Amino acid sequence: MGGRTLYDKVWDAHVVREYDDGTSLLYIDRHLVQEVSSPQAFEGLKDSGRRLRRPQAHISVADHAVPTLHRGRPLAPGLAASQVQRLRENSARYEIPYIPMRDRRHGIVHVIGPELGFTLPGATLVCGDSHTCTHGAFGALAFGIGSSECESVFATQTLRQRKQKRMRVLLQGALPDGVTVKDMILALIAKIGTGGGNGHAIEYAGSTIGYLSQEARMTLCNMSIEAGSRVGMIAPDETTIAYVKGRPLAPAGEMWERAVAEWRSLPSDPDAVFDRQVDIDVSALVPHVSWGTTPQETLPVTASVPDPALESDPARRTRMERSIAYMGLTPGMPLTQIPIDRVFIGSCTNGRIEDLRLAAAVVRGRKVAGRVTAIVVPGSATVRVQAEEEGLDRVFREAGFEWRDAGCSMCVAMNDDRLSEGERCASTSNRNFEGRQGIGGRTHLMSPEMAAAAAIAGHLADIREVR
Amino acid sequence: MESFTRLTSAAAPLPEADIDTDIIFPARFLLLLDRKGLGKHAFHERRHRKDGVPFVLDIPPWTGARILVTQANFGTGSSREHAVWALADFGIRCVIAESFGEIFYANCFKNGTLPVVARGEEHAAIMSEAQAGREITVDLPTQSVVLASGRSIGFDIEPHRKRSLLLGLDEIGSILADDEPEIAAFENRHRGARPWLFLSKGQLAYFADTIEELG
Ligand code: SF4
Repeated sequence: MGGRTLYDKVWDAHVVREYDDGTSLLYIDRHLVQEVSSPQAFEGLKDSGRRLRRPQAHISVADHAVPTLHRGRPLAPGLAASQVQRLRENSARYEIPYIPMRDRRHGIVHVIGPELGFTLPGATLVCGDSHTCTHGAFGALAFGIGSSECESVFATQTLRQRKQKRMRVLLQGALPDGVTVKDMILALIAKIGTGGGNGHAIEYAGSTIGYLSQEARMTLCNMSIEAGSRVGMIAPDETTIAYVKGRPLAPAGEMWERAVAEWRSLPSDPDAVFDRQVDIDVSALVPHVSWGTTPQETLPVTASVPDPALESDPARRTRMERSIAYMGLTPGMPLTQIPIDRVFIGSCTNGRIEDLRLAAAVVRGRKVAGRVTAIVVPGSATVRVQAEEEGLDRVFREAGFEWRDAGCSMCVAMNDDRLSEGERCASTSNRNFEGRQGIGGRTHLMSPEMAAAAAIAGHLADIREVR
Repeated sequence: MESFTRLTSAAAPLPEADIDTDIIFPARFLLLLDRKGLGKHAFHERRHRKDGVPFVLDIPPWTGARILVTQANFGTGSSREHAVWALADFGIRCVIAESFGEIFYANCFKNGTLPVVARGEEHAAIMSEAQAGREITVDLPTQSVVLASGRSIGFDIEPHRKRSLLLGLDEIGSILADDEPEIAAFENRHRGARPWLFLSKGQLAYFADTIEELG
């Protein structure tokens, strides 16, 4: 028998029991609770009269529906206010720590989990949100679940699961100038497709990982779900351990030493076997942007809008035609000639301090193009405060960006931040689905640097030429 | 949970890949707190197009269809279980596709909805029956999709999921009834081996000074 992978090790350490059919009951260490997926789960718990098994395993925060303006005022009465209030009430009722909107610890679940030290290597962590794979950047087994599964975690602290196959994405080489992890993950999705990781737990490995900060690793793992996989992990190393150390909820003292000793044993064994491997030569990558309505419809920024007439597969041709029509594009048009109306810098993919630094460096001393409305939404209050301490808010404001409070904002358009029909947005988020940023809105996914470059140029632009 | 055994109905054809959960249930309706009555929002944008082109579920004979036949990667994207609740409330209890988004797939089973994977020629045969407006039967006990011609196409399903659907079992209830002692024993061992994974009251006092929420 070969050695074990990182995924195997964390999985094995959490199996409560195995059933006859090969599924396992998996113990869940940590659960992040947000306002959208939890009301029905709490309701189920209440209706069945069950108790919440372990309140100390959960933290709750409202991130999806919250406004990013006027944080100092009460929420206007309405659906969003009711949803936030429901989360607050449920948290109080079941004695789960709740982080209010105006609190210094508020933010998007996938940004604050790591900031707080709630996210730890070797832990199982879930959330009723598909981008929970973000936390895999710490070597946690982290995955998104539905509301019914949230209820299972509330009541039993377990989930019945079947083990996934293992897939390794081997990233080799240093990042060329102007290329970020966002381009790496977009390139991977373009290569294997949005269903490419289906049934597999991804592990990102290879020499590139060593060059990446912990924050960049989160961006990488974040979009594993767009590659079809609920799980995307990276083995913890010194970068990871340094990031976790001293965080408010991280272990300390003797407990820290014990934890670190275990974390160092988590990386995949040299003889571990993967069911599938995908290789990416990072040193040959160029910046990427999406042109269509699924993340796999992504191309190097130097390319042109594809021509369906050249596509021989009829199903793919139809799909391509549909995307081009929705996006209002012309086949053969260079991507860098696509004009934009809006820019969104933020989300759990690219709303961290490093992302804002990269974007600020591009816009410093420049102006947002006349026709463009651009906003920056920090991923958390902590990120916002740090950015303000570094003067990044001024850089953005002087360039003509709006500087907002933390939340999901225009990534999902559940608050007032959304595109109007036909508007086109350069966005650092993770999904370019039809209507994702507002009914009839058109989304182009890209890195923070590329979004900043687009804001200045007024059209999609190659960061390597803008700098 | 409502049980699922056998379903005979017209099958609505949706010959498109990558139908994501934002299309099935647009995000702005996620503000609703209830899981009931969401059917009216299913495929909202597709059902209310400006150009008036009707959606397949609004065209006879598919208006009352309880089965949907679509292509690869159905339910990709967001984890929102609302997508399944809305489909079920609309009347769709079975989706046949070449593949599914993983979270959507898991969510189906929690709500008495059967996702069926069919590929290649078999998928094409089912799709063409759907497009012809003929009824098909989905039979869970024999794990087969039966076409009007009598042709039967088998499908796979995890045994425990099949059982849950057939009996309308509540999985949480089963875990609590059957596995509680093992969970407790595991929890003890786990706490001994990895105590740092268990936050103490002292650690959680970190949140003692959170400010009041407004309004
Ligand atoms: S930022 Fe976007 S992707 Fe991330 S949790 Fe919020 S809505 Fe989901």
